[in-house]
Amino acid sequence: MKVRVGLELHQQLATRFKLFCKCPSELGAEEPEHSFIRRLRPTQSELGEVDPAALFEFKKGRYIVYELDDRSTCLVEMDEEPPHPMNEEAVDIALTVALMLNSDPVDEIHVMRKIVIDGSNTAGFQRTALIATGGYVDVEGKRIPIQTICLEEDAARLVKQQGKAVYYRLDRLGIPLIEIATAPVIESPEEALKVAYAIGRILRATRRVRRGLGTIRQDVNISVEGGGLVEVKGVQKLELISKVVEYEVMRQKRLLAIRDELRSRGCRAEDLKGERFIDLTDVFKNTGCRVLKRAVKKGGVVLGVRLKGFGGLLCRELEPGLRLGGEFAARARFWGGVGGIFHTDELPAYGITAEEVAKVRSLVGADELDAVVFVADVRDKAVDALNAVLERAVEALEGVPDETRGPNPDGTTRYMRPRPGAARMYPETDIPPIRITEDRLLRLKACLPEHPEETVRRLIEVYGLNRKLAEQLMDSDYMPVFEKVTAETKVPTRFVAATLTETFKSLEREGVEVHRIPDPTLLELFKLLDRGLITRENIPDVVKWLSLNTDKTVEDCLKALNIRLLSQAELEKVVEEVLAERAELVDKMGVKALKPLMGYLMSRLRGKVDPRLLMNMLRRKLEERAGRG
Amino acid sequence: MSSSLEGYKGVALDVLREIGAEVGDVLRIRKKDGAVYEGVLVPRFEYGDPECIVLKLRNGYNVGLKIQEGDRVEKIGEGVKPAYKPRPIPEAVSGLPRVSIVSTGGTIASRVDYRTGAVTPALRAEDLYSMVPELAEVAQVETKVLFSIFSEDMTPKHWSKIAEEIASELEEEVRGVVVAHGTDTMGYTAAALSFALQNLPAPVVLVGAQRSSDRPSSDAALNLIGAVVTAVQAPFGEVAVAMHRGLSDDVVAVHRGTKVRKCHTSRRDAFKSVNAELLGVVENGTYRQVSQDYRPRSPPGKLKVRPTFDEKAVLVKYYPGFNPEVLEKLLDMGYRGIILEGTGLGHVGSVCLKALERARDMGVFVGMTSQCIWGRVNMNVYYTGRDLQRVGVVPLEDMLPETAVVKLMWVLAQTDSLEEVRRLMLTDIAGEFSPRTSYRWSA
Repeated sequence: MKVRVGLELHQQLATRFKLFCKCPSELGAEEPEHSFIRRLRPTQSELGEVDPAALFEFKKGRYIVYELDDRSTCLVEMDEEPPHPMNEEAVDIALTVALMLNSDPVDEIHVMRKIVIDGSNTAGFQRTALIATGGYVDVEGKRIPIQTICLEEDAARLVKQQGKAVYYRLDRLGIPLIEIATAPVIESPEEALKVAYAIGRILRATRRVRRGLGTIRQDVNISVEGGGLVEVKGVQKLELISKVVEYEVMRQKRLLAIRDELRSRGCRAEDLKGERFIDLTDVFKNTGCRVLKRAVKKGGVVLGVRLKGFGGLLCRELEPGLRLGGEFAARARFWGGVGGIFHTDELPAYGITAEEVAKVRSLVGADELDAVVFVADVRDKAVDALNAVLERAVEALEGVPDETRGPNPDGTTRYMRPRPGAARMYPETDIPPIRITEDRLLRLKACLPEHPEETVRRLIEVYGLNRKLAEQLMDSDYMPVFEKVTAETKVPTRFVAATLTETFKSLEREGVEVHRIPDPTLLELFKLLDRGLITRENIPDVVKWLSLNTDKTVEDCLKALNIRLLSQAELEKVVEEVLAERAELVDKMGVKALKPLMGYLMSRLRGKVDPRLLMNMLRRKLEERAGRG
Repeated sequence: MSSSLEGYKGVALDVLREIGAEVGDVLRIRKKDGAVYEGVLVPRFEYGDPECIVLKLRNGYNVGLKIQEGDRVEKIGEGVKPAYKPRPIPEAVSGLPRVSIVSTGGTIASRVDYRTGAVTPALRAEDLYSMVPELAEVAQVETKVLFSIFSEDMTPKHWSKIAEEIASELEEEVRGVVVAHGTDTMGYTAAALSFALQNLPAPVVLVGAQRSSDRPSSDAALNLIGAVVTAVQAPFGEVAVAMHRGLSDDVVAVHRGTKVRKCHTSRRDAFKSVNAELLGVVENGTYRQVSQDYRPRSPPGKLKVRPTFDEKAVLVKYYPGFNPEVLEKLLDMGYRGIILEGTGLGHVGSVCLKALERARDMGVFVGMTSQCIWGRVNMNVYYTGRDLQRVGVVPLEDMLPETAVVKLMWVLAQTDSLEEVRRLMLTDIAGEFSPRTSYRWSA
């Protein structure tokens, strides 16, 4: 079965200001100080059509609460002032990336409004502009075509959902994002990851992109031959891409297998569409199931529907942690706002008895090959939920529904919403077009950043790193720090590179937020190491402390952690003491006592002495003694 | 032909004419460096580079492409105009009161052409119901497009026409009249209608939008619902303005037409009642009266229509360095009345006294308002004020400068007698004066 994957990378740019106003291009650290309420109305397309999901949300009386602080947000993000002209600094960065990806910049940039009414944009549309088309990136000998490079405003941050209200924070809205879309030519999970890395390296090579979690997000389009088009939106870690692709391919293949089975069982869409909803409230009058009891007590009903031929299929696993029944439940939650569904494949359980299940089956007329799904809630919600379940069941007969899914931390995905129709875009008439002149392109071409391949070669040749370490450094956020440290200190380059990659990565894995430490602080750290004020062994502890105290200096840290290296004289005193204590050993082993003594001393002095210094001193003293003896 | 190539000039126009392309056609542009673009030709709105052609690509994006020697432009398809099908009209609830909506322009009721981005007026009743279906639950709406102009192009002649149209709608015994209006001069029109239409049997509610109605975040819908609810439910027979009270899509504020001012260039809550309480608010589809000082709906047949204005009135803002010759010139131009927007409690520099004396001698009315916006003029506190009164300048209490000049235009059209002009300018006709100043009223 052929797999086709396309990537859409979104990377925040490190500009001074946002894309369409003069707010700082970074998240607000402060607590929100103000909020206001909006209701976005579904607008009609040129055909008079209205997006059904949008209309549905609106009719349900959903509203949006926007939270803001004055430092990160102005009237532009609040949709209370027209946008200012597009940030030219951001345009320059986008054009630079386009040139590095061999793309053709357009001659005149036109900002568009892309309708988005989930509330993530106060205007109800996202401002976006096509900067360049075409181009490619070479990944291990394969040429991956680039389709488009766009410059757009980042959306507001979703804070929480509470009843009918969706809360968004406005600080992120308007931060410039570059969006790079590849052609759907990627054929494996591993290749997807490599392509993402290759594009990520080019972005970082500009040194003008923001770093840290959330500053880069990937959308992954995945289709398996015979399946549907599924977009997984907002993968925040590059490393997760291969997992997402792997699991999504698994999910689509298993959905296709279920489709084949349903067809062989003779299931038909017409039968499903004709099913009626049966009131099962009486069955559970004296039930031991607390969920049902509570729902009915609150004035709800238990409503069920037969799914002919689905018996046993609802508990089929699609990917780890997700069964077909889970897909049905997600739809019921989205369209019906219910807490979840019950289905006969998982019963008896949750306090529901076999007897109750039998009654349900007989009431809806289900035999062993059928499944029954039921929900407990107020009638309107229950009806919406079961309609959504039926619709999803019909889609199961087709195979893989087109939909937008969100990633879970383990790379599996969950249903987010139906795939929007063709994006509705129309011109942003408040912003004049920007003519990209030959002069501008010549100026940018003259100072293009070093291509990542060049950089790797330089790291190997000039700094003596091996290829793996060089590439790791490239893929990290720390190239600029590396260059500064190696230029300003004598700390061995390989140690600097390994610290910035391997050490930092393993610390991040332990939950240390190394990325929060400012670059100048990291430079200071290596300078102190160079001056012998700390040891290599101190680094993990120092980094841990600095990540929690990002406004403090390394000197502050040494004080706080009580790190003070022994002076030459102090060290000598300790060594002499130990040699005296262990005189017997020294006499017996001579210079060979170095190893055990070193181990003993280090256990006493770890973090207080540079081990190389100690070793040299110890060896010298042992040799002296051996010479005397 | 040129009309079908809207906005194109120079090289681009020549190329497009050569291949017989029109806006809406599908073109393929092959650049000599190899890049190929296919898309729909869209009109060129901006004063752009005449060498650029703008295409809407299949992915929805517009791009500008410069046509150079060696590039190939071909037409590969005819344009298809998308057919617009309005949403079905919600079923009318029988027995609902009738409300007339008169449209004068502005972005409150318009529809976007997604192909070109142009915004066109859409004020047939079915369009309105289609955009704001909730209206069908409030009233039976009848619509009329009177004109379709930007509010900055509005003149006193337009005010007269609007007043006459409203008067004829009111003859139909509608429950209320709503006037859709551009926001820039909506306050002036509201004041004008307040004087032109007296003893109103029903509310006349002006409404606008600060965000065009083609966007999901438009304030048009809430404002329009608020205006129609006010027209149906409000107890007053006055001219009012209904707009967002704050930044949230929850409450619509209803302002008295003579006391309202646009106080912000872009915010939804740009309109504020100045030196006055709100007339009322609309929340959750219900009108609530706030100010108890209002003129109730008059019995039918009492309506007084005085829809004439004399444009020989002028509003002059004083500032340090103001050249009094400006006043002399205005007198030479035949102006019959001057509203000064003075400093503080109502002052202009003593350099103006000579020109103002001449105005008095010529029988020209001069009234004083304050550029402070908030508060009341008082010309007894300082020498300057007393001197100004001595040369005939009339303090106009807490009247807004904009309302004062509109009122003066109306008064001048009602009488030729300076005495009568003075009397009418100082008579409260449409709530333009508040007798007392509440501590709550300030910026």
